[in-house]
Amino acid sequence: MGNEESVFFSRVLTELTLSFHIIYATIGVGVPLMIMIAQWVGIKKNDEHYILLARRIARGFVITVAVGVVTGTAIGLQLSLLWPNFMQLAGNVIALPLFLETFAFFFEAIFLGIYLYTWDRFENQKKHLLLLIPVAIGASASAVFITIVNAFMNAPQGFDILNGELINIQPLVAMLNPAMPTKVAHVLVTAYMTTAFVLASIAAFRLLKGSNHIYHKKSLFLMLKLGLIFGIAAAIIGDFSGKYLAAYQPEKLAAAEWHFETEKGAPLVLLGILDGEEVKYAFKIPYALSILAHGSPATEVTGLNDFPQDEIPPLYIHYLFDGMVMIGMFLVFISFVYVIGKIRKWKFISSRWFRWIVVMGGPLAILAIEFGWWLAEVGRQPWILKGFMRTAEGATTSNNVDIMLILFSGLYLILGIGSVVVLRRMFRNNPVEQELEDRHAEKGGDFT
Amino acid sequence: MTLEIVGISVLWLFLFGYLIIASIDFGAGFFNAYSLLTGRQHILTNIIQRYLSPVWEVTNVFLVFFFVGVVGFFPKTAFYYGTTLLVPASIAIILLAIRGSYYAFETYGSRGHKGYSFMYGIAGLFIPASLSIVLTISEGGFVSMVDGQPVLDYWELFTNPLTWSIVVLSIAAVLYISAVFLTWYADKAKDAKATSLMRKYALLWSLPLIITAIGIMVELRQHNAEHYGRMLDFWWLFAISAVMYVGTVWLIWKRKKYGLALSLLIGQFALAFFAYGISHYPYLLYPHLTLYDGFTNPTMAVALIIAFIAGLGLLIPSLYLLLKLFLFNKDYVRGKKDNHA
Ligand code: HDD
Ligand code: HEM
Ligand code: HEM
Repeated sequence: MGNEESVFFSRVLTELTLSFHIIYATIGVGVPLMIMIAQWVGIKKNDEHYILLARRIARGFVITVAVGVVTGTAIGLQLSLLWPNFMQLAGNVIALPLFLETFAFFFEAIFLGIYLYTWDRFENQKKHLLLLIPVAIGASASAVFITIVNAFMNAPQGFDILNGELINIQPLVAMLNPAMPTKVAHVLVTAYMTTAFVLASIAAFRLLKGSNHIYHKKSLFLMLKLGLIFGIAAAIIGDFSGKYLAAYQPEKLAAAEWHFETEKGAPLVLLGILDGEEVKYAFKIPYALSILAHGSPATEVTGLNDFPQDEIPPLYIHYLFDGMVMIGMFLVFISFVYVIGKIRKWKFISSRWFRWIVVMGGPLAILAIEFGWWLAEVGRQPWILKGFMRTAEGATTSNNVDIMLILFSGLYLILGIGSVVVLRRMFRNNPVEQELEDRHAEKGGDFT
Repeated sequence: MTLEIVGISVLWLFLFGYLIIASIDFGAGFFNAYSLLTGRQHILTNIIQRYLSPVWEVTNVFLVFFFVGVVGFFPKTAFYYGTTLLVPASIAIILLAIRGSYYAFETYGSRGHKGYSFMYGIAGLFIPASLSIVLTISEGGFVSMVDGQPVLDYWELFTNPLTWSIVVLSIAAVLYISAVFLTWYADKAKDAKATSLMRKYALLWSLPLIITAIGIMVELRQHNAEHYGRMLDFWWLFAISAVMYVGTVWLIWKRKKYGLALSLLIGQFALAFFAYGISHYPYLLYPHLTLYDGFTNPTMAVALIIAFIAGLGLLIPSLYLLLKLFLFNKDYVRGKKDNHA
């Protein structure tokens, strides 16, 4: 097997591992915050339903964390195994956030262990809630640090290269690169948003499947409110991400928008198909691309024809971009309708068809996360470190990557199926109604 | 002390931490599976689950810390080890993944599926075996440079007795460390049956441990005379370590002071592990890579060390809290309280 094949299989394996890890990682970032909010609302309103909600989410979280941790360990090692040349360079410049991330993991893991095993151990519920703060901080911090590494790959700075030697290395400057603010903010907010929609989707599903318990209704309303807030934030920050791209990675934006000729007042292209350089069957929103890129309709947007041909990313990322944005708009729309409907007492928001739409929201949000990452990573090609190292130069020369790909595919299949089966069984064997009854019976006797 | 030494010492310390707590974890999984097989499950399962449940994730982070830190402090290791370790490290990852996830699946999902427990137990022995290959490779003789790229000679690796002795040592160490720890823990939990069973296992595994350890020294003399010579320079560290070993075994034999026995065990491994590490100096990979060629730039090194100190400030109190609540809390250890979510 030649070098080209190792590069190819390294790419596929990285794509596979990250695409799988990111599902569990996103949930891992969002869930601690959701538990915290639910438990806090429960304490404030003195409502056992919210407390139980927190407790049940926490229980399910154990499973997703486990898969997140093991797949994260896999990707962490794989970065060195599959991209040794890249990591040798990156290690010199961007090792700091990677290192800090391990402390965030420590922090999260320790307090998660404590939190999970101290339910009802404290007289004062608030003390127990306090334990969750480090968990939420740790989870979000790990996302922040890893996203900083990824931002660095998109907009490297903080070092110079002189005769092949790295000089003037400034770790903090490397961390505070121009891609960092929008990327970190967008990743965090979309993680919260996705988690809210996933939890809303579970509540809606339970309501559809016969349980009409007020517990699920409270959960649904809470999660859709949160989903709406974070969804709007995601769209706003997404808009800033577009402006970042226009300034620092214009070829990515142009490829995502099939924008070939540099022009003023550029339209935003939605869907369509490409015939040579001609865009067919697309919806065009006049001036919208100029607004996304620079905030005003008259400004100029650089087109693909102004870049060297071998530095243009694959054009299919257009669909990824459209998919992500449309899902985002759709989710904001349905959560908005639900929240307004709840206030104005619209009947149809409790209908079966509307609930089915909410059920779709969770998987769609996860799909949007995948689309977003594929857009960001494929859109960076052919570079692994933009402007400095091409993906092919970073890869391993080892010949066994194809076999490893098969092994890991099997592993993810097992983990994916296993986690779903276990989660379903866990909640089916212990429905809310049952658990509430048990707790009341328990409370009757002793108060500890 | 140079920055290089500070860096490697920090990493070696965390690797030692991983060695101890992961051994307890891996060994416990094996004993659990074994007791299932011999129908003595009721004796051990409770003890093992009580200890493992709240801490398994923390164990994993020690490993992550080590490999992230190595690439941070010594970026060239990514090039040498990253290229050569693709297969053994990938196998270790897959085993770790199966083990970690099934632990969670079983503990929280469906309790008591035998198949899981066996897989879990066996994976716990293969992981140290596959990870220990890294130490073997670091002794040199298995990696050659072809067109400027490091290539691992699998045939040489798998036919060399050194490889297999290190594999056996890693397994014996896992079982021995775990048995001693669980003896102490069961005794604290006032579970006489479990204590006596674990005590038996501890004594059983003490012998293979010391035999393979000595065997490796002998083989190293042929395989890497330079390293062997430096090990002899530090003979006194190994000697103290051996005395501590005798102390542990004696205390366990006499059913006395299990706490002291555990401390001696940790001391024994710490001394041997550090003596091995110090004598390995200055090579990260004989003879291709030393600490000094592999080191990162001084700016990054200082930044990492500052981050490390700040991180420790956060970590030590948190770890202390964890241990206080679960390892040293009498009610918890004895199973009087179960407050799991
Ligand atoms: C629920 C998920 C989700 C939703 C609804 C959106 N995004 Fe997004 N987007 C992501 C999830 C995401 C992400 C997975 O978090 C990405 C991948 C890499 C990154 O930085 O964030 C991302 C990247 C990303 C990028 C590329 C950044 C880069 O490559 O540096 C842009 C331009 C946008 N987004 C813009 C938007 C806009 C205008 C949205 C309007 C609604 C939007 N996103 C909704
Ligand atoms: C340390 C940081 C990272 C490194 C070294 C890295 C490296 C790479 C490389 C080399 C590829 C192959 C690209 C290709 O040839 O197609 C890739 C793809 C990918 N990465 Fe990153 N990445 C990093 C961070 C991230 C992060 C934080 C995510 C989010 C989870 C991510 C998600 C992806 C995805 C989804 C792909 C697949 C894209 C495709 O289909 O090609 N990456 N990454
Ligand atoms: C946006 C992208 C990512 C997010 C949000 C994310 C977040 C997370 C989270 C929440 C965990 C669980 C940690 C725990 O509970 O202990 C995790 C695990 C992990 N992630 Fe990711 N991750 C992302 C991408 C990556 C990438 C690209 C890497 C590779 C450098 C990586 C490396 C790891 C490692 C090593 C672990 C295991 C940590 C442990 O053992 O506790 N992650 N990640």
